[in-house]
Formats: sequence, C-alpha cells, structure tokens
Amino acid sequence: MTNNGFFGPKKTITLKVLRYKPGAIDPPRYDTFRVEANAVTTVLDALEEIKATQDSSLLYRHSCHPASCGTCGMRVNGREQLGCVARLLEQGSDVVVVEPLASAPLIADLVVDMTPFAERFAPAGMRLVRESEFNPEAETPVGVETFTRYEDCIECNICLSACPVANTNPAFIGPAGLAAAYRALVTGERSPAEVFAYVDHDDGVWRCHSAMECSAVCPSNVDPGHKIMALRRELVTYKVKRFFKRG
Amino acid sequence: MAVPIQHKSPAARAVQAWFNPLKRSAGFLAFVLMRITGIGLVVYLLIHMVVIGNLLRGPAGWDSLIQTMKSPWVLALDVVLIAGILIHMLNGLRVTIIGLGFGTQSHKGIFWTLMAVAVLLLAYSAWLVFTK
Repeated sequence: MTNNGFFGPKKTITLKVLRYKPGAIDPPRYDTFRVEANAVTTVLDALEEIKATQDSSLLYRHSCHPASCGTCGMRVNGREQLGCVARLLEQGSDVVVVEPLASAPLIADLVVDMTPFAERFAPAGMRLVRESEFNPEAETPVGVETFTRYEDCIECNICLSACPVANTNPAFIGPAGLAAAYRALVTGERSPAEVFAYVDHDDGVWRCHSAMECSAVCPSNVDPGHKIMALRRELVTYKVKRFFKRG
Repeated sequence: MAVPIQHKSPAARAVQAWFNPLKRSAGFLAFVLMRITGIGLVVYLLIHMVVIGNLLRGPAGWDSLIQTMKSPWVLALDVVLIAGILIHMLNGLRVTIIGLGFGTQSHKGIFWTLMAVAVLLLAYSAWLVFTK
C-alpha cells in the first residue's frame, strides 16, 4: 500500500480481464493488468487507465460515468455491477476478475450485443425516452417517498445477466422486459389484454423461478422480481374475473 | 479455462448458471437448493422403484434387503432424503407465496424462516429415524 492523497492510501490491484476478439484472441483468455487504486477508484477508472497506458486494444462500453446510462454493465468478481460505480477496493480481493455480462452474445472483450435485450422493451410498451424527467409544476402524490421506483430502469442488461433462467433460455422475456410490461399495465400505457398477450406464455411471466437475483443486482432499485410477481397476480386476477364473466 | 458463458455448451451453461450460488443472494441460494433437491428426489424415486422390485425375489430376498435398510449408513441416507423433501417442500411453499405476489419484498426472510423450520423438523426426524 502506498501513500497517499486526498482519497486515502493507494493499493496495487490486479485485474484479470476476459479477452476475446474473433479470429485474433480466440479462444478467449484472461489478461492480467496491475493498477494503483484508492478508495474512489472504480472498475471503469481502472479499465480506462489500462486502455490509456497498458493495452489500447482493450474493448469495453461506457458513457456517462455516474450510473445513469446503464452502458458499462459487467461482471466483477462474478457479480453483475456497473463498472462506473463499482469501487475496486470494495470488491473484497486484491485480484479482481472482470468479465462481460452473461446473457447477451459476446462481441469482443467486455462488449456484448445489447440488441436482444433492447428488443424485449418495445413490445412491453416501455418508452426508451421519457417525456419529462421532472415537472416542477406537477402535484406530488401523498406518500411519494414510499413509492417504489420503476420509471428508472436504465436498460443496463444486468438483471438479465444475473437471471439463472435467462442464461439457459434465451427466449425468456426476462426481468427488465416483464417489469416494463407491469409498468405499462399500471400506468395504462397499454391495455391489460395487450400486456397479457405479451407475457402470458411459457417464456413470459410464468418462466420466472423466483431466484430474485434480478432485484438483488439491479443498480437502479427497479426491483424487477417484485414486478414480475405483481404482474402474475394481476394476470391471475384478470383471468379469474374473465372466467366468471363468461359463466 | 477462460470460457465465457456465451461460448459454453448448453449443459455447461446450465451448471454455471444454476448451481453456483457464490456472490449471489438468498433467493439464488433457494433457487440452487430447489434444483439440487428436485433432481435428488427424482433420482431417489428411480432407486426406490429398483429397490421395491426386490419383492419379485420373494420373502428371502426381501428380508435380506430389510436387514440392509436397518444399517446406520442407510438410516443416514434416510435422513438425507428427509432433508431433501423438507427443503424442496418448504422452498416450494415460498415460491408459491411469492409467486402469487405476496411477500415479494420479504422473500429473504421467508426463505430463512422456512429453512429454520426445515432444520428443526429434520432434527426431530433424525431423532425418530435413529431411535424408534
């Protein structure tokens, strides 16, 4: 450990980064890099330093840095995190393993193809761009601080990577898509018939096996596991009501 | 060996995705236990059918089998079987409760409570198996 600075002592951390480039680094391998880290050094900081000073061929995705864009999702020591807020010294070891997200096709190094993930949103009725971030003239509902957020999915793909079902069944809509469907249902953006047509099948809301890991890793407190179960309850209620109406 | 999950065979993907609870939460551990006990119970049913097939060998074959079943090692396996049944049954109760949309935000507490119940019932069952 070396001294020092405003953010505390520095420590040398070894990063084992999965490398893969079709035709060039194929089969994949882990490359080892050493970086100096202090209390606020993030995994993304470390990757940027490696790219700048040690290996310019390292590929990873990032954009905003303050956990708003959801671009830098990756697996750090076996757990899905946003690289921009995952602090290196808080990973619990001097050797930190960095890998791409699990449930998307691997393009190169830490870059995965987000297309299959993004395609799950449109049928759910979730807009990728919000109409407004904040309206100061809007009336604030009573008890708003107790509301669970589900406007705030940042489409990072982390939930899908952590889901054990999605990792073996690519057809599964997955946590984010189902949470978006629930949001579309409760906000009235889509009719119950439209939403349930999207989710009521073997690879939809019934495929979830309640591991709830999506909620555990979600960096934006969307709590998709809870939304999936709430969606099931709404669907069962809808079907029971429809059954008795027919009778 | 550095093989990302995307490049693994379906069986290897399942092993990595379903059976590795390291760095995961209580819900994931429940998921892993459900798979292990579920597969174990299916294997037990197959073994059970083979064992019951000894009835076809007549009274002599059956009596010798019963003697084997009373050995401490087989009784210990009975306790393992009961553990599998309790974990699978109580975990199934948890899945049913939260699957209906109740207690989803308390699912970890529900899991640990039910597993504590499983441990108590298992201890009582083991006492019965070895003493009665």
